Amino acid sequence: MELLSSLLAITLSTIKDVIPIAVIIFGFQIFVIRRPIHNLRRVLTGFVYVIIGLALFLLGLEKALFPIGRLMAEQLTNPDFLREWSTGGPNDVLRWQDYYWVYIFAFAIGASTTIAEPSLIAVAIKANEVSGGTISVWGLRLAVALGVAIGISLGTWRIVTGYPIHWFIISGYVVVVLQTLKAPKMIVPLAYDSGGVTTSTVTVPLVAALGLGLAETVPGRSALIDGFGLIAFASLFPIITVMGYAQLTGWLADRVKRKQQQAEESLPQS
Amino acid sequence: MMGSLRDLAPIVLVISFFQLAVLQQPLPDFIGLVIGLVFVVLGLTFFIFGLEMGLFPIGESMARAFARKGSVVWLLIFAFALGFGTTVAEPALIAVADEAATVASVGGMIADDEAARSSYANGLRFTVAFSVGLAIVLGVLRILKGWSIQYMIIAGYIMVVVMTGFAPREIIGIAYDSGGVTTSTITVPLVTALGVGLASSIEGRNPMIDGFGLIAFASLTPMIFVMAYGMVI
Repeated sequence: MELLSSLLAITLSTIKDVIPIAVIIFGFQIFVIRRPIHNLRRVLTGFVYVIIGLALFLLGLEKALFPIGRLMAEQLTNPDFLREWSTGGPNDVLRWQDYYWVYIFAFAIGASTTIAEPSLIAVAIKANEVSGGTISVWGLRLAVALGVAIGISLGTWRIVTGYPIHWFIISGYVVVVLQTLKAPKMIVPLAYDSGGVTTSTVTVPLVAALGLGLAETVPGRSALIDGFGLIAFASLFPIITVMGYAQLTGWLADRVKRKQQQAEESLPQS
Repeated sequence: MMGSLRDLAPIVLVISFFQLAVLQQPLPDFIGLVIGLVFVVLGLTFFIFGLEMGLFPIGESMARAFARKGSVVWLLIFAFALGFGTTVAEPALIAVADEAATVASVGGMIADDEAARSSYANGLRFTVAFSVGLAIVLGVLRILKGWSIQYMIIAGYIMVVVMTGFAPREIIGIAYDSGGVTTSTITVPLVTALGVGLASSIEGRNPMIDGFGLIAFASLTPMIFVMAYGMVI
């Protein structure tokens, strides 16, 4: 019963989120484009499926994953837990190395939540379709997941050490700009996009809990100032890994081609 | 269905490993966990189904209709409305704006009372929504004119870096984060379909090179505008 009422509440709030979008789309369709929508029934059914899907998805996350994820973030950042695994004495001040379980957890949770992120799935499907299959759905998703994982674990390390966030972001920008010059043209816009799509429904709540938990327990950090910034890391690093993925696959394809050419050239001699 | 199960498997593995092996505690409420996971799998399946039936086709068919109609002004108004309208009500943004208001009142930038905080949070929300609307307009203009994306994004980065030097320290983390939270699960597929649809119906545009990139703008402009907001207020 309780489940049913929370399902109802979540469905209503999802509908509330979709209303402005629906009003804009159908308003423009009716008053500006003035043309009946092709396959209207199918499109409407699609919208209903999206709403049902998101509501179920959010309810499931709310019931199952978020509570345990938040709890874990709290437990892992707890100084008592960290001391148990620390190599230093029981009364030593924790050094940044002692937080290694936090970094590993940040990496693992960043990668795994990104794989399940619905908006990334949407963009990957579209990119696969548009590129005629050159960009594989899983290739893109894994590249983005790796980027988020690196970003978030680096972000937690920053919270522990307390270095200013803009150093990291600005150096990230420099890498992005340098890569842009070298990467295949086709991938650049998609790579830029993948920074924005990674962080939504699944990743943000878990990552925010981790950031706030850390900022609260590490001495000298303020939850208000240092708790933020993990999302920024998670949106920057996928740009780098997606371009890197394209550069790597391009380089491998080149090498295979060159080897084949060499083989063909050496063939007549033998 | 199988696909959604596979999408979810990594999270389950990570959580179980950390709970059982690292924290060495039993999984609390095992049945609730399984029921929740069933919901997540069902939800993801429905969502992807609906995406291909509803969101992708409508985004592309509108893009094509606008391209055929040839009215740039209406297209840009639509782009702005889509960006602004989908962002202003975004729950993640509302949450971040409230947090930002708390930071500002603790930092002494605004008065420490309910009214000042809520007006600060609302102002921030409208600023971000406006910046996303502007971003989609810029991105659509880029597709129409065929400008290359990298110069625009790099110019945006330079603005972010320069603004970072002047913005109050408290706002920087929030500003950087606000770029990531603005694009919701429903907006992303719609905007992507719009961009790809436009690029494929305008002659001389390549959907791969020109169609993507709208989301990139939508995650860059909020950073600039939030820092500007922090400087002005």
